[in-house]
Amino acid sequence: MNYDVIVIGAGPAGSIAAKTAAEKGLNVLLVEKRQEIGVPVRCAEGVSKEAISRFVDVDRKWIAAEVKGAKVYSPDGTEVQMTEEMAGDEVGFVLERKIFDRYLAKLAGRAGADVVVKTTATGIERGKDGLKVNFRRMGEEFSEEAKIIIGADGVESRVGKWAGIDTTLKTDELEVCVQYLMTGIEFDPEYSYFWFGNEIAPGGYVWLFPKGNSTANVGIGILPKMAKLSAREYLDNFVKENYSEGEVIEMVAGGVPVKGPVKTAVADNVMLAGDAARHSDPITGGGIANAMKAGFFAGGVAAEAIEKGDYSKKMLAKYDELWKNDFGKSLHRNKILQQKLIKMDDKTLNTLAHSIAGYDLQEFSVKRLVTELIKKNPKLLWDLKKVFI
Amino acid sequence: MRRRTKKKNDRRIVIDRYRCAYCGACISVCKYNANELVETFLSINEDECNTCMTCIRVCPMKALSLEVKK
Repeated sequence: MNYDVIVIGAGPAGSIAAKTAAEKGLNVLLVEKRQEIGVPVRCAEGVSKEAISRFVDVDRKWIAAEVKGAKVYSPDGTEVQMTEEMAGDEVGFVLERKIFDRYLAKLAGRAGADVVVKTTATGIERGKDGLKVNFRRMGEEFSEEAKIIIGADGVESRVGKWAGIDTTLKTDELEVCVQYLMTGIEFDPEYSYFWFGNEIAPGGYVWLFPKGNSTANVGIGILPKMAKLSAREYLDNFVKENYSEGEVIEMVAGGVPVKGPVKTAVADNVMLAGDAARHSDPITGGGIANAMKAGFFAGGVAAEAIEKGDYSKKMLAKYDELWKNDFGKSLHRNKILQQKLIKMDDKTLNTLAHSIAGYDLQEFSVKRLVTELIKKNPKLLWDLKKVFI
Repeated sequence: MRRRTKKKNDRRIVIDRYRCAYCGACISVCKYNANELVETFLSINEDECNTCMTCIRVCPMKALSLEVKK
C-alpha cells in the first residue's frame, strides 16, 4: 500500500495531523508503537479550555476537572493567585489523557486514516519520490511507502534523527518529571497549584492539578543540570512534607523538552510535530495545545504538498513558518523567561512574590503574571521588559 | 549523528528494569542515537553507546547506572 502520509505517534500532535490530512482527502496511516493509545500517561494533564475547543468538541468523558485559576507559591510560602472566569465558566481543563488521546485517534480513524497500534517504526529509507518506512510489529518486520512522514513520536523521537534534523536535548533543555496521582489530600478543587524554589524543584516546579474529589496529579519537573537528587527523590520530599496523609494510586515519569523553538522541524519529505519538534512550552512545560496546533498545521501543509506534488524541504518550510508565527513566538519569549528564572536564587524568588503578595491577577496566564512582576520590579526584570511588554 | 569519540569496552550503561518508568527522557538526550523505547521497554545498543553518562544524569527514577568491568 502506498500512502500519501504516514504519521508516527498517536498522541495529540499525531492524531490531529492524521485527522487533518485525512479530512483533506489524503491517504493516511497513523502508527502507534504502544499497544494502548494514551497510556502510560506522561503528562500533568492541564490545558486551557480555549486551546482544546479550537480543535475538538468538548466531551465530558475526557474532562477530569475544571479549574478557574492558579495558586503560585514562592520558596517561603508567599501566595500569588490568578483567577479567571469567562462568562462565569472555568478557563482550565484537567484532562483524562487516557480517554482524550483515544478520542483523538478515533477522530483520525473516522476521518479516514488507517490506524495501527503495537507497531514501531524502526527506520526510514529514501526512494526516488518518497520514503520507505520500516516497521516492526510483534516481531514481524515490514515496510510501507509514503510521500510524507509526520514524526509525532514524542520526547523520545527518532524520526527527526533519521531525517537529519538534530533535536537532541542538552541537560538544561529537558525537564525530567515524576508524578503521583494522589487521593485523600486536601486542596481547593477550583485551582491548580505551583510551587517554586531551588530546594523544592531546582530549575522547575512542583504542581498539583485537581482531578476530582480529593484526588489530584501531584508532580515535579526539574532541570537535570541543576539537580542534586533525582526527580523522584525531590517529589517524595515534597509529598512527605505537604501531603503525607495521601495515598499514591498511580506513578508516572516523563521528559518534557524546554528547548525553545527549534531552527527547523522539516526535512525533505519529513515534518516533526509536538514534543518530537520540541514544541512544549519552556516555562509551563505544557505541550498539548501546541502539539494540536502543530498537528493541524502539518496535516494542512501535507495536503498542499501532495496537491503540488512537491515534498521538498523548501515546500514543507511553510509548516515551519506556520508554527513559528503562531506559538513559536511564545516559545521564544518563554525560553528567555526560563533562562532568567533558573538563575534566580530563593531570596530573589521570594522578593518577587512579596511584591505582588495577596494579589489576584484576574487572568490565568504566564504573560499576565510576568507583566505584573516587571511593573513592580523594573530593575530586577528590566531585560524581560522588551520581550513581555 | 555525531561520531563516536571514544569507545571503552570495559564500560556499559545498565538498566534497572525494576526502576525504569519508560519515560524516554534518556533517549531525548542521547547524542549517539544508541537507545530506544520499544513500547515500554528501554533498550540500549551497546555498539552505538559512548557511555557518556548523560542518560544517567537525566533519569528521573535513577534507573540507569554505569557498570565498569574489572
